[in-house]
Amino acid sequence: MANVASTTASAGSELTARALREAVFAGLITLGLFVLFVGLKSDQNIRNELILTQRWGLLAIFVAVAMVGRFLIVVYVQPRFAKRKAAKAAAPDVVKKDTFFTRQWPKIAVVMLLLYPPVIVSLVGVQGSLKWVDNFGIQILIYVMLAWGLNIVVGLAGLLDLGYVAFYAVGAYSYALLSSYFGLSFWVLLPVAGLLAALWGIVLGFPVLRLRGDYLAIVTLAFGEIIRLVLINWTEVTKGTFGVSGIAKATLFGIKFDASKDGFAALFDLPLSSAYYKIFLFYLILALALLTAFVTIRLRRMPIGRAWEALREDEIACRSLGINTVTTKLTAFATGAMFGGFAGSFFAVRQGFVSPESFVFLESAVILAIVVLGGMGSLTGIAIAAVVMIGGTEILRELTFLKMIFGPAFTPELYRMLIFGLAMVTVMVWKPRGFVGSREPTAFLRQRRAVSGSFTKEGHG
Amino acid sequence: MAIGTEAMKKDPILKVERLSMRFGGLMAINDFSFEAERGEITALIGPNGAGKTTVFNCITGFYKPTMGMITLRQNSGDEFLLERLPDFEITKKAKVARTFQNIRMFSGLTVLENLLVAQHNKLMRASGYTILGLLGFPTYREASRESIELARHWLEKASLIERADDPAGDLPYGAQRRLEIARAMCTGPELLCLDEPAAGLNPRESLALNELLQEIRRDTGTSILLIEHDMSVVMEISDHVVVLEYGQKISDGTPDFVKNDPKVIAAYLGVEDEEVDEVIGEIEEIEGEHGGTRQ
Repeated sequence: MANVASTTASAGSELTARALREAVFAGLITLGLFVLFVGLKSDQNIRNELILTQRWGLLAIFVAVAMVGRFLIVVYVQPRFAKRKAAKAAAPDVVKKDTFFTRQWPKIAVVMLLLYPPVIVSLVGVQGSLKWVDNFGIQILIYVMLAWGLNIVVGLAGLLDLGYVAFYAVGAYSYALLSSYFGLSFWVLLPVAGLLAALWGIVLGFPVLRLRGDYLAIVTLAFGEIIRLVLINWTEVTKGTFGVSGIAKATLFGIKFDASKDGFAALFDLPLSSAYYKIFLFYLILALALLTAFVTIRLRRMPIGRAWEALREDEIACRSLGINTVTTKLTAFATGAMFGGFAGSFFAVRQGFVSPESFVFLESAVILAIVVLGGMGSLTGIAIAAVVMIGGTEILRELTFLKMIFGPAFTPELYRMLIFGLAMVTVMVWKPRGFVGSREPTAFLRQRRAVSGSFTKEGHG
Repeated sequence: MAIGTEAMKKDPILKVERLSMRFGGLMAINDFSFEAERGEITALIGPNGAGKTTVFNCITGFYKPTMGMITLRQNSGDEFLLERLPDFEITKKAKVARTFQNIRMFSGLTVLENLLVAQHNKLMRASGYTILGLLGFPTYREASRESIELARHWLEKASLIERADDPAGDLPYGAQRRLEIARAMCTGPELLCLDEPAAGLNPRESLALNELLQEIRRDTGTSILLIEHDMSVVMEISDHVVVLEYGQKISDGTPDFVKNDPKVIAAYLGVEDEEVDEVIGEIEEIEGEHGGTRQ
């Protein structure tokens, strides 16, 4: 009993006595619970008669596990937690030192992301980089961007939006359809897709202005489904469930990424590989994501951003200060939707194919989960959450060694959602406010001090 | 309905005429009229449930009155019919700011940010409705600096300057009350409506509140309309008191007049209508003392 050594011997024996008592009690409860479930088993014998199999040994194991477990918890685990809690309470509030790393780390992260493709190419070669740049880099960055876009609506303005994927779909289909019907280029259609998504954001915003909380969430959920169902059923235009394929690729200042004579590979004397296009796309989505972050940071320091956060805190107080909550909510919906639209058109150009399959409710839920896990309002936390959630599920595909443990029939990807759920529960228990629960103030007189998550509200509608 | 003010001045900032507010079958306010003079502190008092906050909500647009007219005349002479304006425009255009009975802070924002949110409309214009500000135009930076200076001014007045960078939810109760007043002042109001600003304050804090309110009136010329239960605040600082009971005005005049009005005393002591005359008799006996209005 090393950790109880500091307490007196009598307290130690008292603890053991209490632990024994509780262990016996736990054993009794287990016995009561499992005697019929485990101790007795009804079976059919060969003559189709119902017989009772008695499994007292198994029941004994159950009870023993419960008793030993309870004993160990009381003797070892609980004092340790209590001690840690006491130590935490006793320790003075340590002001976290601003090290170079904590101050500069967004810049460091951006530089690392910029260097990511060349490093990967030099490590695993041009062809080998495909997987790492595309499946990991681009995939994660799309979700980072989407979550940052949704963060404006949910994290800043406090409007729970369960249909965010609708704007992603609007952006994707805007590019897919306008480019295949009118042959417009990606660079023209990127802003168009953003604007169309923003427009739909306002369209969604109007009917839900009066709603709050759960009601708002349900209507946004319905809106997401409506968009998806329209895409499925408006077959003349969207080709329904078949989706739109053969979507034009993006170009770099007019240089195409194909096998033609003036294509990218030919122009720079490089061997023909789709990896270059993927690397180009990586930088494109990085730029788009950084644009989202830049605009969000800027907007937070502007009156509209402050009004969004004030709206999340208290809508009635906002109105009493002369803030038009209608336009404030609509701009939040429109701005968030616009970034969803940008991400959507990028998605279309990356896949070369869009179908309603990609815009199911699960996507909205994943994006929302990233925002909530990251810490509502915090760009850093959300980026971390996206890496963990999306990168984590991608990395499951790589864990082929698990087949050696669980047999060849084991496919780790199938456990994706299980692990996803488990991770969410764990994070929410461990950090109920997300990875970064505190909030950076947008203005200060003397010292910029983060606002603890216990003061901020989640918004109510 | 006796008029206690020696001579009614002729420049009311707020004129409430025949205001009625009905909630279903309940007549919360019934044919209520009063005027608030420019540059004065007008107090609205009355027993619990008399309809004071309802009057406030009608003035500030949170309720639309069933009947009646509420006219606000600004210093510039512009007139606004408040019952026709949406709530946020009453603050934005008519320049009426308010506080709430149960404090409504932006608790997750810092004290300074609370005051910056209050300057939303001014800053929106300066930032070219966000677009110019997003592009980094200097007009917004200039306006932003000025808004912080204004916030600093009010933080000093409300003696909250030490807590400027703390979350508003972290402030003690009394400080939150002062912050709410400072925040309302940051909207640049001509009429400040305070709903029980002294509720829950200790005597020292309520003294500080008196000083803050008198300073506001003296320095900015802002007219103040307040609901209050704390008679030490009402009698000390108000120039004019209106008493409301069961949605109707029962007295209107100077604090001294109201204090000795038998109807007011009856309302506060809870006397039946028939007994009012009796009470008046008793009052006349103890003429001179005025502790009777205190609860």
